[in-house]
Amino acid sequence: MSSTVPATTVYAARKIITMNPSRPQATHVAVRDGRILGVGTLADLAGWGPHTLDDRFAAQVLMPGLVEAHSHLMAGTLWRYTYCGYFDLRDPDGRNWPGAATLDGVVAALGQAEAATSGQAAPVVGWGFDPIYFGSQRCTRADLDRVSTRRAVGVLHASGHILNVNTAALELAGLHRAGIAHPGIPLGADGLPTGELKGPDAMGPLFEHLGLTRSFLSGDEAGIRAFGKLAVRAGVTTATDLAATLGDDELGTLLRLTAEPAYPVRLVPLLRLIGITPKDAVARVVQLRERNTEQLRLGRIKVVADGSIQGFSARLRWPGYYNGAPNGLWYTAPETIRECYTLALQHGVQVHTHTNGDEATELALDCMQTALRQHPSPDHRFTLQHCQLADAAQFGRMRALGMGVNLFANHHFYWGDQHRATTVGPERAERMNACRTARDTGVPWSIHSDAPITPLGPLFTAWCAVNRLTASGRVLGAGECVSVADALRAITLGAAHSLHLDGEIGSIECGKRADFCVLEDDPEAIDPERLKDVRIWGTVQGGRVFQA
Amino acid sequence: MTPLPTHVIGGYLGAGKTTLVNQLLRQADGERIAVLVNDFGELNIDADLIVGQDGELLSLAGGCVCCSFGSDLVGTLASLQRRALPPQRVLIETSGVGLPAAVARAARLGPGLQIEGTVVVADAPAVRAQASDRYMGDTVRQQLADADLLLLNKADAVSPETLAELRAWLPSIAPQAALVACVQALVPAELVYGTLGMARDEVNRPWRPTPMAPPPAAPAADTFVSHCIKLPPGVDLAALSERLRAPHSGLLRAKGWVLDAQGQCWLVQTVGTCTQLTPAAAPHGAPSGTLVMIGLRGQFEPKDW
Repeated sequence: MSSTVPATTVYAARKIITMNPSRPQATHVAVRDGRILGVGTLADLAGWGPHTLDDRFAAQVLMPGLVEAHSHLMAGTLWRYTYCGYFDLRDPDGRNWPGAATLDGVVAALGQAEAATSGQAAPVVGWGFDPIYFGSQRCTRADLDRVSTRRAVGVLHASGHILNVNTAALELAGLHRAGIAHPGIPLGADGLPTGELKGPDAMGPLFEHLGLTRSFLSGDEAGIRAFGKLAVRAGVTTATDLAATLGDDELGTLLRLTAEPAYPVRLVPLLRLIGITPKDAVARVVQLRERNTEQLRLGRIKVVADGSIQGFSARLRWPGYYNGAPNGLWYTAPETIRECYTLALQHGVQVHTHTNGDEATELALDCMQTALRQHPSPDHRFTLQHCQLADAAQFGRMRALGMGVNLFANHHFYWGDQHRATTVGPERAERMNACRTARDTGVPWSIHSDAPITPLGPLFTAWCAVNRLTASGRVLGAGECVSVADALRAITLGAAHSLHLDGEIGSIECGKRADFCVLEDDPEAIDPERLKDVRIWGTVQGGRVFQA
Repeated sequence: MTPLPTHVIGGYLGAGKTTLVNQLLRQADGERIAVLVNDFGELNIDADLIVGQDGELLSLAGGCVCCSFGSDLVGTLASLQRRALPPQRVLIETSGVGLPAAVARAARLGPGLQIEGTVVVADAPAVRAQASDRYMGDTVRQQLADADLLLLNKADAVSPETLAELRAWLPSIAPQAALVACVQALVPAELVYGTLGMARDEVNRPWRPTPMAPPPAAPAADTFVSHCIKLPPGVDLAALSERLRAPHSGLLRAKGWVLDAQGQCWLVQTVGTCTQLTPAAAPHGAPSGTLVMIGLRGQFEPKDW
């Protein structure tokens, strides 16, 4: 008989933060078959029978495995290129890449990459570039010509909306010529492009020449593996890929990799509604649900309503952009969104909708109202992603319609100063990503990084929501700050709830997956201003231990 | 290399963009047309035109193809031009919320293309409400304003009074566009193709207007007359331009070439109220100029020319 009882491991920890209010703290957690058998004191767990006591975490703090509810596998793919960001960043293998504080520093980093590049025609690519920290100095092709006059050189901005290239790259794309008239391609005094390419239309012709192909966007095998390592370093045990195409090849790779015994993160890819009708998209995810595994969760749809605020392509309500820029772009027609919502509700499919501007949010709410009249659906958990500019009335409508929200808390730190000065002005910048209003209104809410747009790291994201500090040190909208406890809930149970997974993950309690974030410091005890500095040991995912 | 003539087809969701594409494919007359759509999601190419599918590419009757460009318009255009039998004409169908002028600007970044015009299809029963929609109004108005040929489609689905109101109202939004009412987006292909910015050596290509489509049964649709005139050398270019842009003449398109008093050959292109004159090499041994015009039947008077 005893041979049929699976092994039980009891981990002793300095402290276990459970996120279960009826038993918020514990010292021991019992794991069997990758699931949590129980949590409490060692005595509480004794009744489950024989076990192995594992005290490797005796000095650590365990909390539920962190859930990143808005990221992209591209966060892993990008690391094969040169990091050109302003802030220090760790790569999937833990190596620290120092930030470049000047344009010369960026050129030097790319120069080193160039020297290490073999192959006559191989391009040199950088990412994470953010020249807003370099004052008014713009990067031009002359700067990148210092890296190479022979190879194509390109560097993607952190926002993902701008690309800078050298002359060789412009020549390859046939854009090193006079007479180009495109708002996304500024021209120099010589009438030739400066090498700055703004927006997808202008960047598009360069991607092929820089080797930035489709697999770069969707995540190939190496990228998916690198993403797994990044997740472990960030304490993340479940992460979304929020805009997947999920073709047969891609799906095959995901199924294969996530089934590996050492793949450390549960992936939740959402099918993007693009190049496919709502009817086909719903049918596809209903079919995909059949292929769900423990580690790969399919069956959700992502809709993109508008663009981005810092790219001036988000749809804003009156009075629009602070600097007078024209209103942004619709990416999906209202009829299409409505049809998608209606069909999805009918088939029990969950839809997440990207709405950056408040006009896009309003449209999504209207579409939801119409769709719900047709297919009343309790607990549908449709979620607005980013939803950065929503006001109190819109949070009220979300509550009434049963919608959740996943707010882009990291934006305050990286672009808050720009939002205040340029995009939306001081007043609306202070209400952006209104965690406190969401919480007080009773809207289910979570927070995210949108990695690789900002780095994967839910504890950093939580710090952003708690402190709302900008890169220049300004507190932007103190009234929307939340407590550490609320923020920690948002990156665990809150995010799990947005994915309909809160019955399985997000807290440490009997029956849930044995997913833990293993910490060296106690996030509940540390000064809230230092929440981002909490050291991460690694994770336990489905009972498997992964040291960062 | 002759630039590839390229046309942008815009208009809000449901206006009839794909119906127009189908009509143009049916009038291909041996020309290899490549249709680029933002995504296959909105595509509804007539089944009898489809020969086969290979991934992102639909093979169509007569060597035509259709493919989706997603986020990479320029790359898709470049790969089409590398085909063994490259297209001779490209139609880019925008998404229902796409802005045609922005798509045209993006397409111009591609190599070897010539954007020859922007056709926007408007949904006669719906366009007025769409243009004042709380969310989509500015997008729809911008789409209309981007047109140089505006097709008022489904003209049979509104009353004659409404049609007259639409004809009076649309020019306030798209003053530069030639306006044509139609049913099932049925218009002669040359109305769409005979557009601005044609290649210099286009004059060497024989101009063969295909026979006008039979007048549709629906009386609401405009019908057309085409007219060809010979112009002796010594044409007064300013006077010709003035005539071509005369209001209420019913002229929709003009295309051809003329010789001025100095013997210089000029390519002439008129669409709507815009005329473009481009210096060109005279066709070999040509004694005189030629101008082909397409006008609204009942309004355009061939005998005036």
